[in-house]
Amino acid sequence: MWPAEFDYTRPSSVAEALQLLSDNEDAKLLAGGHSLLPAMKLRLNEAPLLIDISRIEGLGSISNNGSLKIGALCTHAEIAASADVQSSCSALATATGMVGDQQVRNWGTLGGNVAHADPASDPPTVLVAFDANINIEGASGSRSVAASDFFMDLFTVDLEPGEIITSIDIPDHPHEGCAYVKMPHPASRYAVVGICVVLHRDGGSCSGAHVAVGGATVRAMRSPGAEAALRGSSLDDAALDAAAAALKDDIANDLIGDMSFPEAYRQEMAGVYLKRAVKAAGG
Amino acid sequence: MAVVGKAVKRKEDPRLITGEARYLEDIKLPGMTHIAILRSPHAHANIVSINSERAAAVPGVIGVFTGQDFMDVNPLPCPWPAGGVDNNLNTPRALEVEKVTHVGAGVAVVVAEDRATAQDAVELVDVEWEVLPAVTDAEEATFDGAPQLHENAPNNVCMEWDCGDQSGTDAALGSSDVVVKQRLRNQRLIPTPMETRGCIAQHEAVNGEYTIWMTSQAPHVHRLLFTAFIFGVPENKVRVISPQIGGGFGAKIFMYPEYVLTTALSKKVGRPVKWVETRSENYIATTHGRDHVTDVEVGANRDGTITGLKVRTYANLGGTLSTVAPGIPTTLYGRMLSGAYKLPNIYCHVTGVYTNTGMVDAYRGAGRPEATYVVERAVDLVASELGMDPVEVRRKNFVPADSFPYEPSGNLLNGLSYDSGNYDKALDMALEMTGYEDFRAEQAAARAEGRYLGIGLSTYIEICGIAPSAWMFGEGWGAALWESANVRMHITGDVVVTSGSQSHGQGHETSIAQLVADELGVSMDQVHVQHSDTLGTPFGYGTYGSRSTAVGGVAVWRSLQRIKEKARAIAAHEFEANVDDVEYVVNDEGVGVVQVKGSPDQSKVVGEFMGIATSAAGGWDLPGDMEPFLDETAYYDPPDCTYPFGTHICIVEVDAETGNVGIKRYIAVDDVGKVINPMIVDGQVHGGIAQGVAQALWEGAQYDENGQLVSGSMMDYAIPRADLLPSFELGRTETPSPNNPLGVKGAGETGTIAATPAVVNAVVDALSHLNVRHIDMPLTPSRVWETIQSRSNGGNS
Repeated sequence: MWPAEFDYTRPSSVAEALQLLSDNEDAKLLAGGHSLLPAMKLRLNEAPLLIDISRIEGLGSISNNGSLKIGALCTHAEIAASADVQSSCSALATATGMVGDQQVRNWGTLGGNVAHADPASDPPTVLVAFDANINIEGASGSRSVAASDFFMDLFTVDLEPGEIITSIDIPDHPHEGCAYVKMPHPASRYAVVGICVVLHRDGGSCSGAHVAVGGATVRAMRSPGAEAALRGSSLDDAALDAAAAALKDDIANDLIGDMSFPEAYRQEMAGVYLKRAVKAAGG
Repeated sequence: MAVVGKAVKRKEDPRLITGEARYLEDIKLPGMTHIAILRSPHAHANIVSINSERAAAVPGVIGVFTGQDFMDVNPLPCPWPAGGVDNNLNTPRALEVEKVTHVGAGVAVVVAEDRATAQDAVELVDVEWEVLPAVTDAEEATFDGAPQLHENAPNNVCMEWDCGDQSGTDAALGSSDVVVKQRLRNQRLIPTPMETRGCIAQHEAVNGEYTIWMTSQAPHVHRLLFTAFIFGVPENKVRVISPQIGGGFGAKIFMYPEYVLTTALSKKVGRPVKWVETRSENYIATTHGRDHVTDVEVGANRDGTITGLKVRTYANLGGTLSTVAPGIPTTLYGRMLSGAYKLPNIYCHVTGVYTNTGMVDAYRGAGRPEATYVVERAVDLVASELGMDPVEVRRKNFVPADSFPYEPSGNLLNGLSYDSGNYDKALDMALEMTGYEDFRAEQAAARAEGRYLGIGLSTYIEICGIAPSAWMFGEGWGAALWESANVRMHITGDVVVTSGSQSHGQGHETSIAQLVADELGVSMDQVHVQHSDTLGTPFGYGTYGSRSTAVGGVAVWRSLQRIKEKARAIAAHEFEANVDDVEYVVNDEGVGVVQVKGSPDQSKVVGEFMGIATSAAGGWDLPGDMEPFLDETAYYDPPDCTYPFGTHICIVEVDAETGNVGIKRYIAVDDVGKVINPMIVDGQVHGGIAQGVAQALWEGAQYDENGQLVSGSMMDYAIPRADLLPSFELGRTETPSPNNPLGVKGAGETGTIAATPAVVNAVVDALSHLNVRHIDMPLTPSRVWETIQSRSNGGNS
């Protein structure tokens, strides 16, 4: 558990950090350090320079002006405890409250979490379900990427070298219920499968639904089939069965597995947990 | 004011809770160097060449060494080959020279000024490998055409060993009403103590003495192995010290290559050398446990009487042998296969096999969990086959309470006998605590709703206080297993006990002090138990096998009797009385006094300043030629082992949709003989249950076909977590052991031994309406779910 030698610097602004990134080709950003540092200690990752952005001001707050804006340096614990998050996107409070243990949640940041894009991590699934946008600053200006596009593959995101995630926007998305549920891996507690459901209700029927899945798949992704099956239904057993079947179809080409939890099992469990998520969301 | 039997708070805990305890990693010596070990990335390979030039050139590197540099150091010994048979022994060297047989075997070492530099440099050591095909399964390794690991072990067999009565058992199975056959896999486990291993060695050139601080459960045994077997130096040249040890579970009993390497390097570089294992190294290079493949055949008559048990086991020993590897799946496994039952015929055949995996040796329970798993699963299989309640089958076959001492059939225990027991009583208590009949009604109602509840029993016995030296010698063990203790009462009346046992979580400093306090009539604060340093403690074989109280505690007790006799003699002299008229009594205040019988006015406190303690230590006026000081040493080698027993009951709910197993209740009634500190026993039982449950449900070391450890970190290897376990409901019966004067048996492993089959039996019971008879461990959600699916599709399991 001894990382290779590296240099360390701590800029005080995004502009300064961007300049450092531009001047040092293989430098890496350090925020909470809960993905990067373990990999460096195992020497699975090396960097000649770590640029510690954790104390840059203005990236660590949560605001709600119509849409929810979460600074990239907000910790999981801060997000889980935020009244704004709990009221407008309670599934994100649930998911960030499930990350790691208390120490990890006190250090790990949402920006670092999405940049790392572990397919079994909890928050990305919720961000995809809620049509979140990832706000990015780079040398050539700023851009915003939809979460569904941002998460591209295992540990692969739409983020260029030299760019910094500054915040995550969650658009105002009135809904009647939402939930994130997961089956935790017995060792890591990461998601074997995680499902986020956002429900819109019109009386007894479902007027619309967002369904996202993670853990079982190479990336957090939406299930258009499951959403279509739920939309217009009364969320009865038949609709849930249809949605589960559609979800399993939608993820069939994107499954991941291991010796303890093979792909086929995770695919089945995605269907089971979809039903549980709908029920947890009040369906 | 007796303290034995009371939940006295542990004397160890203040230093542990406040963080003041000093572990190996806390020790820093002037001029200390650090090492990093280059370990084989291949499971099976020849070492073609090693080039250390680039590594040696790194600033801060003191030296780079390979196996060739340690050819003057003997290979590690294996002092416990399987008894009575030939063993094809292959043990590791400090660094391997020609070939490696498992991932993680050390082949080169960098010594540097600091640990990070050593790590940087070790990555620059260039090794040319000739990679060979690997085999990881013990049974497959014996097949024709399997890769061959060692020239002296054809078909990778280390030894073939058996016990019991083969022809009698075959005949019994042939004439039984039913015979049930089942293959059982007892998967490999990784012990995972919170503290990894480590070693600091210092060599003094002027006198050739080594001081070795190391994570050891048995410092005297380590010194013995260093001196007589490895370096060929006398005992006075090696001092072994165990600092505070953060758990061992058996894995810290053994001699390991890194300890030898660190010690040899301290002489080579002329400076202290420190090695502390990373968790990644711990998972590949510290011993694992279990890993049996067993075919069991059990015969029974229609009334539930078991007629015979036949067991065929392949025991995976890893790529090379750890210190006592062959002894575990033989003596400590095969000889335990009668369980709590009066089985008329038993036969067990074990093949110990080399594979391209990490070394396997004793892990908490060591052989006895594997045996108990076979027996307790077999009993449930019989119940299932006959349509009987598993409680009924157990009662039918229990060794009756009036049959002790009980000698299992077929000379299974090779001359030893179960000491005492009342198996029905523990079972009754556990069933009462559970509300067994009510549960069966609840289970039926739940099934009607599609909920799968199950209950599982484990009416285990175990063998503790591993000792009788002559018996163990006959079992192949190349040393003895007695214990010793010295007790000194100082001039102020404070008592210092030194013991050859080693406490790494067991609470010796408290429970031994309780014994002393009651026996001598001194306060707990006056008793100081010292251990873990070969300089200053008498020889002992260390702490494992739940033996420290049953063997080492009795050595203390014997020393105390001698102290009391001497105190009486001194008092008789002072009182001018006949020694036979003087008695040593502990009064109502718990104070030990010597007094003339019938004349309480002629009385003197023993354990206080100016008491008998001072008379003895001062030595101004002692009778005859008596030597000064209350200072006595005793040795104890018991006539037999001790045999704790009990009933564990687990209630589970299986989530039919996911296969996830939730533990709803866990009831444990243990009989560990006389209890000295019930809180410490409860703690041992709690931890043991957690580890036993974890084997049933979560833990499992997994190698891929190339011999790479897939479960190489805690991200993949699931150790038990408090939030996955219910509050345990504990009960206890107390049947003293007649084999020692304290009546104690041993409490360190009961939970691990009992819990695993209780949980598996419960899950199988939950799915019994689907005609499920067995599922192999760990009962992960996917495995249970697949079983449910296969049954729903009409298959058999």
